[in-house]
Amino acid sequence: MSTSSPPSRRFSLPLRARLATTVGGAAGRASRLAGRGDGSVIGGVIGLRLKPDLLSLLARGRQIILVTGTNGKTTTTRLVTAALGTLGQQIASNAFGANMEAGLVAALAKAPDATLAVLEVDEKFMPAMLEKTGARVVVLLNLSRDQMDRAAEIWMLARRWRAALAAAPGCRVIANADDPLVAWAAGQARQVTWVAAGQRWHDDSWCCPNCGSHLRRDGEDWYCGECPNRRPPVRWVLAGDEVIDPTGRARPLDLALPGRANRSNAVIAFAVAEVFGISATQAMGAVRQVRSVAGRYTQVERHGCALRLLLAKNPAGWLEALDILVPPPVSVLLAVNAQTPDGKDTSWLWDVDYRRLRGRPVFVTGERKLDLAVRLEADEVAFRMVGSVDEAVDAAGRKSMEVIANYTAFQQIRATLGRVG
Amino acid sequence: MSEGLGRYRPRGLSAVRLVWVFPDLLSTYGDRGNLLVLARRARLRGLEVEIAEVNSDQQVPVDGDIYLLGGGEDLPQILAARRLAAGGGLAAAAGRGAVIFAVCAGYQIVGTEFGGVEGEPVPGLGLLDIRSGRGERRGVGEITADVDPALGVERLTGFENHQGVTRRGPEAKPLAAVVAGVGNGDGTEGAYSGRVVGTYLHGPALVRNPGLADMLLGWVVGTLPPVDPRQEDLVLKLRADRLASQGVPA
Repeated sequence: MSTSSPPSRRFSLPLRARLATTVGGAAGRASRLAGRGDGSVIGGVIGLRLKPDLLSLLARGRQIILVTGTNGKTTTTRLVTAALGTLGQQIASNAFGANMEAGLVAALAKAPDATLAVLEVDEKFMPAMLEKTGARVVVLLNLSRDQMDRAAEIWMLARRWRAALAAAPGCRVIANADDPLVAWAAGQARQVTWVAAGQRWHDDSWCCPNCGSHLRRDGEDWYCGECPNRRPPVRWVLAGDEVIDPTGRARPLDLALPGRANRSNAVIAFAVAEVFGISATQAMGAVRQVRSVAGRYTQVERHGCALRLLLAKNPAGWLEALDILVPPPVSVLLAVNAQTPDGKDTSWLWDVDYRRLRGRPVFVTGERKLDLAVRLEADEVAFRMVGSVDEAVDAAGRKSMEVIANYTAFQQIRATLGRVG
Repeated sequence: MSEGLGRYRPRGLSAVRLVWVFPDLLSTYGDRGNLLVLARRARLRGLEVEIAEVNSDQQVPVDGDIYLLGGGEDLPQILAARRLAAGGGLAAAAGRGAVIFAVCAGYQIVGTEFGGVEGEPVPGLGLLDIRSGRGERRGVGEITADVDPALGVERLTGFENHQGVTRRGPEAKPLAAVVAGVGNGDGTEGAYSGRVVGTYLHGPALVRNPGLADMLLGWVVGTLPPVDPRQEDLVLKLRADRLASQGVPA
């Protein structure tokens, strides 16, 4: 191989891996042409079938950042990518949320020359993906109840994270110190940047993950009364609408994306950027440019009504979504399905407090609208069941509407409205 | 709050006292639903409702009418069992005839013993003559079961998500016979004895089973007046929808 010019990374791959990415890429293009999603996963699946260690091969020689947690993975991946973009290098990323091994393979195969990769990873697969990619940085956002019918229980997940990070001494962990489960999971990692990224949902962290005792909370602080486990000292802080950087300087975030959860994601992104020598000032400019993420937060016009689309997949996500609703009298459409990607169990509806939807027009739709209807009835929220977004828009007869939907319901609504954003 | 219970005025006929036991440890997925459904169905009958949510660092009051125990992972389950045994409040309440409704991990806790983190036996509260251990596979999915005819409650519909296998001793009767799903693992589902009822229907088990909720309320206040049909329309539709998804009639 010639050494006169820097070799394309692709040609450092063994022949069979090259074939696997080529065949996989062709399948991905075919899948895109057939109108099945963005085509990334099918290519990765085929590539992995031909070459099971393809991910390790594709990751070799690159600096990989893995982003995981129950909520905010896709958005944080996007924000980190934006922040690292200020380095002016090509970055590989699974920007559309294909976050299992095939999605990671596809993202890396698509960008053979990128030396940086920002990859969102499903929380269950983080340990395996860390081992396969030898990631330089792992970002831990939060852990809360989600799709209990197919996901592991979250203490078990935290235990697996903890073991995986303890076994990866070369990896820097960026972890949310305000989530006790996350803090415990990162507790045996060698290098950690602790971020006070906040925690809105407390119902999965009343107990010490270390010893099981009731955790004590005192304002921002948390600690166990019966073992030494406590909130670690933090380097980056989200304080209301401001970020406080490691020098103690506070400045407003002014994000285009709405809500506390996104401010939290942004501060995490700054902490990642710092690892790569990017200042908060540089990162901030890039992060502020992000307006919508894979269709989320997008404004869509429908029959003269401006719809804003919010994705919420679990109780913690619903809590954050309800937080950012524009006030009444703007109407709200809630859509819930229970397909496999959503979790087939709708029990979580009872973990969400819907009472603050009282006093505004509320519409419910989705394949499990009856479950939602019974839930709202118990919270004494007046609502109307509708068969479609259009029916809600027509019935509301207003200029704007907020839409909160869970995963497949969100995808269906996006398909109805034309895949925008 | 538990301290609030001490201030209850002398028991009027119309107030139902609901105690949610250790939501900090035993509330994995929608367990609050049982509390909300009982409160709603009591209020629809014009009954007053008092609610106590008692965390694991508080004493369980002995003067509640209905005690609710929810689901939990292994470690919280063991801790909850240990604290409940040490505190003695729940057993004392059961002793004076209070109603206990326990789901999933809570169901196992009220039994004589259950399986710990490595499957080792952990002592339960012994309020129900059952022993639980860990099965080979996790039972996850919709469950339908026919309630013991002696209880006069319609077919149960719910969601189960557990790896427990439960054997009954002579003192406990099966709550229901499984039509579709896993339940106790021997074709039965749940168990009851006196006013202690346990089930593997997890989380908001009473939501789709208003008859079961009414049975618990009836044990406290006697015969209940019927609910205005307009207030039951949605839940009956939901029941029909879920049972149809299992291919069984309501």
